[in-house]
Amino acid sequence: MIKAEQKPLDEILEFLGPYNKVLLVGCNACVAVCHAGGEKEVGILASTLRAARKKSGQKLEILEDCSTRQCEPEFVDELREKVENVEAVLSIACGVGVQTIAKRFPDIPVYPGVNTTFMGETEELGVWVERCQACGNCILHMTGGLCPVARCAKQLLNGPCGGSQEGNCEIKKDVPCVWQQIYDRLTAIGQVERMEQFVPAKKWGRESRDSGPRTITREDLTV
Amino acid sequence: MKSGSNLERILEKRLFAVTAELGPPKGNDIGVVEKKANLLKGYVDAINVTDNQTAIVRMSSIAACSLLVRMGLEPVMQMVTRDRNRIAMQSDIFGASALGIKNMLCLTGDHQSFGNQVDSKNVHDMDSIQLIDCVRTIRDEKTILGGDDEVEGEVKMFIGAAANPFGDPFEFRVVRLAKKVSAGADFIQTQCIYDMNRFKEWMKMVRDRGLHERVHIMAGVTPLKSGGMARYMNNNVSGITIPEEILDRMVKAPKPADEGIKLCLEQIQELKGIEGIHGVHIMAIEWEQRMAEIVERAGLLPRPTA
Repeated sequence: MIKAEQKPLDEILEFLGPYNKVLLVGCNACVAVCHAGGEKEVGILASTLRAARKKSGQKLEILEDCSTRQCEPEFVDELREKVENVEAVLSIACGVGVQTIAKRFPDIPVYPGVNTTFMGETEELGVWVERCQACGNCILHMTGGLCPVARCAKQLLNGPCGGSQEGNCEIKKDVPCVWQQIYDRLTAIGQVERMEQFVPAKKWGRESRDSGPRTITREDLTV
Repeated sequence: MKSGSNLERILEKRLFAVTAELGPPKGNDIGVVEKKANLLKGYVDAINVTDNQTAIVRMSSIAACSLLVRMGLEPVMQMVTRDRNRIAMQSDIFGASALGIKNMLCLTGDHQSFGNQVDSKNVHDMDSIQLIDCVRTIRDEKTILGGDDEVEGEVKMFIGAAANPFGDPFEFRVVRLAKKVSAGADFIQTQCIYDMNRFKEWMKMVRDRGLHERVHIMAGVTPLKSGGMARYMNNNVSGITIPEEILDRMVKAPKPADEGIKLCLEQIQELKGIEGIHGVHIMAIEWEQRMAEIVERAGLLPRPTA
């Protein structure tokens, strides 16, 4: 799922500097799971912002809400009454949610309260790690189910570089080399011969974000 | 002849080749290139020019190579996939060939977090093996990558690649070499060798696959200047391991620099005796002034005029 982290408080306070009444809106989907933008975080952040603004002598009125899924227009439309009653919106959904608000409410400024960081897995409570970059053409069948696009610092497709040392990546001793993990995994599942295959240059341009925002149109659903 | 380069001629004649490395200046000072190049002139068959090594911004490899060509020296242009996409790389390969560069070494490159531009976006549109495939396509099929566009002119490039037998997983290292050879590598320059046992083990795997018959392997060496340098390299340079006995020898030596040269000469002699080693790549990092002495004392002079 999408992972996010709250922005530094000073940065958020700077965004809200010109306003006296705002809506703080979270999202109950991905960002709630990673404890960055759910209902609970809306409450905590609202209290923190109120206190900080009171201390600075410029009171701030904050309405609170939390969308079921802020990436879907019908849920964002439910915010209309509140949005029309404030000067600006602070969204702690992911970057997609912020943009859905911007699109649905063209006259109201919207600010991001979190940094959207990656699509990842929960390693343990409070620890999330990147696992997918949505490259647009999944190669996990070739790599034993571990992704070098997301997990190799150089996005290598033909095996580990010379910097793979004792299972770790050259960039940091505590970062596992995903190619070592792929090698071990392919060995374990009897597919290590895949490491011998030449993987040609990936079609980043046609498959990934590099050709502008991608669109999926499912005609079976749109008609 | 694929490129007609001096290095290719020497390797094809099975004469033991010698190459060196030249790091371009951190600016446009041509004098730095000329000074280093003059120290190498007559002692090596070709000179590798690094491409922003350790991700530190320097004069471009292609420009410094061009300066060497003007001086009558033969460069090996290093090209890393870290900083350029396939448009820029293919364009630079055309340009390099037009400037008289006949050898290139295809590398992935050190990660930008090691250098002085840690906030840069790394590109890695291709990896080093895909780059080898790309240059071979341009040279042999006379088309650009994935396209039917014919290359105007002839890009005669002798294609090199690196090999690091000291990276992990060890069993994969020979597989990676095989992939590079199949992609089109004509010659290989290895990471600097200190762990001779592991290197010999790797070379045996190379021979078992018959790769030594398909590619010219040049063994990499770097003379150590001091015990401190040895420890630093062992601890901080990715892909380099220095055995304890060498560290010990360097630390205890009364004249460490001389000991480092002596050790390097011993390594060259040992490497010369390994079946499948066709040359030596001497990386005397910021120590070009000792290169003449190393090559001479290693019995590698005079260099052939192939």
